[in-house]
Amino acid sequence: MAVAKESRRFALPTLSIRHREAVAAYLFVMPWILGLLIFAAYPVGASLVLSFTQWDLLTEIKYVGADNYVKMFTDDRYFPITMGNTAYYTFIGVPLHTLVALLLAVPLTSKLRGIRFFRTAWYVPSVTPAVAAAVLWILIYHPEFGMANVVLELVGIPPQRWIFDQTLAKPSFILMSLWSVGGQMVIFIAALQGVPQQLYEAASIDGAGRWGRFMNVTLPLISPATFFNLVIGVIASFQIFTAAYIMTRGGPANQTLFFVLQLYRNAFQYLKFGYASAMAWVLFVIILFFTGLQFFGARRWVYYEAKADE
Amino acid sequence: MADPSITLDTQTPGTGVRVIPASVRARRIGGTVLAYAVMIAVSIILILPLLWLFAASLKTHQLVLSTPRGFGEFFQSLVPADPQFVNYSEALTRRPFGLWTRNTMIIVVTATAGTLLSASMAAYAFARLRFPGRQLLFTITLSTLMLPFIVTMIPQFLMFSKIPGPSSAGNWTDTLMPLILPHWLGGGAFYIFLMRQFFTTIPRELDEAARIDGAGFFRSYWQITLPLSGPVLATVTIFSFITNWNDFLAPLIYLASRQNQTLALGLQTFQGEFSNEHHLLMAASTTMTVPVLLVFFFMQKYFLRGFVMSGIAGR
Repeated sequence: MAVAKESRRFALPTLSIRHREAVAAYLFVMPWILGLLIFAAYPVGASLVLSFTQWDLLTEIKYVGADNYVKMFTDDRYFPITMGNTAYYTFIGVPLHTLVALLLAVPLTSKLRGIRFFRTAWYVPSVTPAVAAAVLWILIYHPEFGMANVVLELVGIPPQRWIFDQTLAKPSFILMSLWSVGGQMVIFIAALQGVPQQLYEAASIDGAGRWGRFMNVTLPLISPATFFNLVIGVIASFQIFTAAYIMTRGGPANQTLFFVLQLYRNAFQYLKFGYASAMAWVLFVIILFFTGLQFFGARRWVYYEAKADE
Repeated sequence: MADPSITLDTQTPGTGVRVIPASVRARRIGGTVLAYAVMIAVSIILILPLLWLFAASLKTHQLVLSTPRGFGEFFQSLVPADPQFVNYSEALTRRPFGLWTRNTMIIVVTATAGTLLSASMAAYAFARLRFPGRQLLFTITLSTLMLPFIVTMIPQFLMFSKIPGPSSAGNWTDTLMPLILPHWLGGGAFYIFLMRQFFTTIPRELDEAARIDGAGFFRSYWQITLPLSGPVLATVTIFSFITNWNDFLAPLIYLASRQNQTLALGLQTFQGEFSNEHHLLMAASTTMTVPVLLVFFFMQKYFLRGFVMSGIAGR
């Protein structure tokens, strides 16, 4: 073996071990570099360029400057509607998601027997395929015999029209999304389990009760997870699409016409690829803003205990 | 919340005898019972929609439309007295469910295989090999985590519709290719990150020993690193399976003709065409949901571990 290795090195005198390592490394990452270029770098650039054009794939592509953006902010009656709907869904829904996820996570960190069963059961809604969940919730929200009305009747509230009602449509979507907060719940569980026991003991010795320990020890220590969940929640909610596409198609009276649903229609139904790309970039900037908040804001508002383990 | 008092005072050292006053013990048992009661109630609420789905999928059309009165009837309605398994055969034969399942399986299996291979290769390079630009490339990789599909979707679609290909339109749209190919080119930053984190925990000495014995980089990747990476490979497999199985938007923009669609798309078509035959719709939904639930039940340890890692990636 040693001889073979020596002779190989003589055969390639210019390649030191270090060079060979680098060459091997580039071969290993080559598929990913291609993937980055073809499916990330190029499309990002192309969609920015497209956003300054008018193109339906059939006729010549036409450069229109900032017209798409100007039109979006001044002359598109759907823009304020879709932005309003999406902001409503996001800024009311996400704090509720985060709160519910935390309320579910806290009991799941106890050492009760059978706790794993509850963890599984509470997470299961989150792995239900979005399409299957949407089809299911159409029936749950059925105005005549849906389960939602059956439950309301049990507690003596008159039946509602849910997603078919103009004022209830968006709250119904938020209620439905609360069903699948499992992802955020899991992140909270991990954070709660990372809180050192000694701090609880110290707080108890100082006379803190359950509530005091929760407010003064738990909450500050899990604030990175809370912040992460809020930001990820905002980013995901801004992209709500599947449920609205299947359940309401944006109705009633555009109450659930969310931004990405309208983007999809502009691109793939009206073939306005330029305009839809401009919409995509507006969304991208919003998402980047919240991502930036996560990266830079976290340092100011969030308590990080130790940096060493990251 | 973890209650420190439980860990503090259960045993007196040396005696091995529990010395807890009866009143405290009674309170503790009461608390435990209450905790179980609350948790069972929450479980019922969260599982109810799925129970209702399964129940409705086994009912006759008329029975789905009947409204139970009172709690007794309501819970009774969750267990169909006369289960109509025929709903399944009827729903699954009425539309090309076989084709949709086949298409979905092709995408899921090939995409997952591609991700396992190409993401682990990139991850190996990031974790083990020194090369100029490694840090920069890894930073770029992580930065694509915040690049939403919606931004890249339109140019990707236009790209696949411009490249000559085997579809009836002479391009690559309406084929499964756009849903598979990206997974063979790295599979995405999240998977690369997961694997890289895991690979860095494998002792370097194992690699070095193999290299001293004359193994090349490829052999150290293939015969040392991968065989030791079972847990992370399992995590990636489950994530990839569930994401591709559930995916809706990407198949929606690419797959136009009925025989090329996936289960997610097909179910949506089904909903549009048979929106009044709820029992069949629920049978179809159940059929799409059960495989995901099974994968989750049996592999949840790996799945949840991956999810927690995503939180770390986000920081």
